[in-house]
Amino acid sequence: MKNKRFKWSNLYLIAVFVVLYSPIAFLIFYSFNDGGTMNSFTGFTLDNYIAVFEDTRLIGIVLDTLLIALLSSLLATIIGTFGAIGIYFLKKRKTRNAVLSFNNILLVSPDVIIGASFLILFTFIGFRLGFISVLLSHVAFSIPIVVLMILPKLQEMNDTMLKAARDLGANTWQVMGKIVLPSIAPGILAGYFMAFTYSLDDFAVTFFVTGNGFTTLAVEIYSRARQGVSLEINALSALLFIFALILVIGYYFIQQHNMTKKQKNKKQQHAEAVGMR
Amino acid sequence: MTKKANVFYFIPYTFWLLLFVAAPLILIVYQSFFNVDGQFTLGNYQTYFQSGTYLRMTLNSFWYAFLITIFTLFISYPTAYLLSKTKHKQLWLLLIILPTWINLLLKAYAFIGIFSANGTVNDFLSFVGIGRQQILFTDLSFLVVATYIQIPFMILPIFNALEEMNPSFIRASRDLGANSFETFKRVVFPLTLNGVKSGVQAVFIPSLSLFMLTRLIGGNRVITLGTAIEQHFLVTQNWGMGSTIGVVLIIAMILIMLFTGEKKKKGAVRK
Repeated sequence: MKNKRFKWSNLYLIAVFVVLYSPIAFLIFYSFNDGGTMNSFTGFTLDNYIAVFEDTRLIGIVLDTLLIALLSSLLATIIGTFGAIGIYFLKKRKTRNAVLSFNNILLVSPDVIIGASFLILFTFIGFRLGFISVLLSHVAFSIPIVVLMILPKLQEMNDTMLKAARDLGANTWQVMGKIVLPSIAPGILAGYFMAFTYSLDDFAVTFFVTGNGFTTLAVEIYSRARQGVSLEINALSALLFIFALILVIGYYFIQQHNMTKKQKNKKQQHAEAVGMR
Repeated sequence: MTKKANVFYFIPYTFWLLLFVAAPLILIVYQSFFNVDGQFTLGNYQTYFQSGTYLRMTLNSFWYAFLITIFTLFISYPTAYLLSKTKHKQLWLLLIILPTWINLLLKAYAFIGIFSANGTVNDFLSFVGIGRQQILFTDLSFLVVATYIQIPFMILPIFNALEEMNPSFIRASRDLGANSFETFKRVVFPLTLNGVKSGVQAVFIPSLSLFMLTRLIGGNRVITLGTAIEQHFLVTQNWGMGSTIGVVLIIAMILIMLFTGEKKKKGAVRK
């Protein structure tokens, strides 16, 4: 009986996985269609992929999107790391909680609100919309996620090490470089990674602050999809899927690395506790 | 010594807080008091609360977000539950998350093909004898696609809550004679309620603002608060009215956060 129930539950899980993946499989399947529609598969072709690589405008947009993602996540990680360290050292609990709530505002706000309010901000200070406005917006909404990735690592850090380092005569920069940064490095890496994917994925905020001259991939897909089906997008989505897969595998390894470290620490602490007894 | 350094590297972060968190919020509230011609007025709020259209749209928007949340919850809870019982659950979880890394617009675009007049679903419907239906550009298609997109965001917090749960509670409840259903109702579900709450938070608020889906899939039939804001900002250029709706959305968001907040736990985590 137990066996049977187990099978049923697996069936449900499989159904959910099928539902989650079928649109993506659908897109990739039709990317090889030479019929030009997503309705009937008339024959296998790689023309759509060739079209993607020959479309210099599209390639340019892809490169711009990547550039925005790389730059914005880098800037967000730098500012966010300093921010997280600053929050950690805030002495008053009330202030710390207030800063943290402020930090989280952009995480919980709907994209539309972020986009609209950034648009008002840029026009208010007379900033021209384009590459820089998109970059600044992406930095802005990536910072809170970086902070949230790093804070737990700071809390895991052993406080006494800081004191010990100071007692041994280390200055602030030595404490930072030799103790704080190494112990939060996995958090920084994860934060950079999340910021990068946030930036790649964003549509709504970018849509508000792009202006006329500049687009990212998501905005371009939106305008093309509104005009109807073009299999070039399918081919592009297949390529993006592979890219996402690589990113996810990378993320998995970062996670795994973090985990093993944590587990190791736990093990060590346990061993110490046992040894003390 | 450290204090000075603290202040130094805290500057860019504080600058960010002021310029990109506080200022935009203040500006959106400020903008909501101006009409199209740039004159100070309370007219936007008056229009909003007096016209049936805006109120109906808000209500509609909430209703759709509510439906999307309920659907995702019903699909996601069992998934998260079963997922937490599998071997290699981290790997399976990763596979659940993977589709969220594909751009939302690509997934919406896929559904254009699946739901279109000669698309896969219609082929199936005509095959089983129901005949072709108009699926794309209906409320139903919007609900289906929105639910599809939100499922992983609901599974994740529920899964985490299930993982955090102490398994000895379940054993205890079994030992005390409760059957599976009672164990679930009295032990598992209450203990994972926080996960459900954060899932609801993660799904409901974004569902109010899915303007690209209403355009691509809903065929402008469904108008959410997000659609209205986008329309006012980028099409009709009536920023005042757009900001007013934005302020309404922000207030709605705060209310939802208050209802689903888990204050006790937060205090416990950040000592």
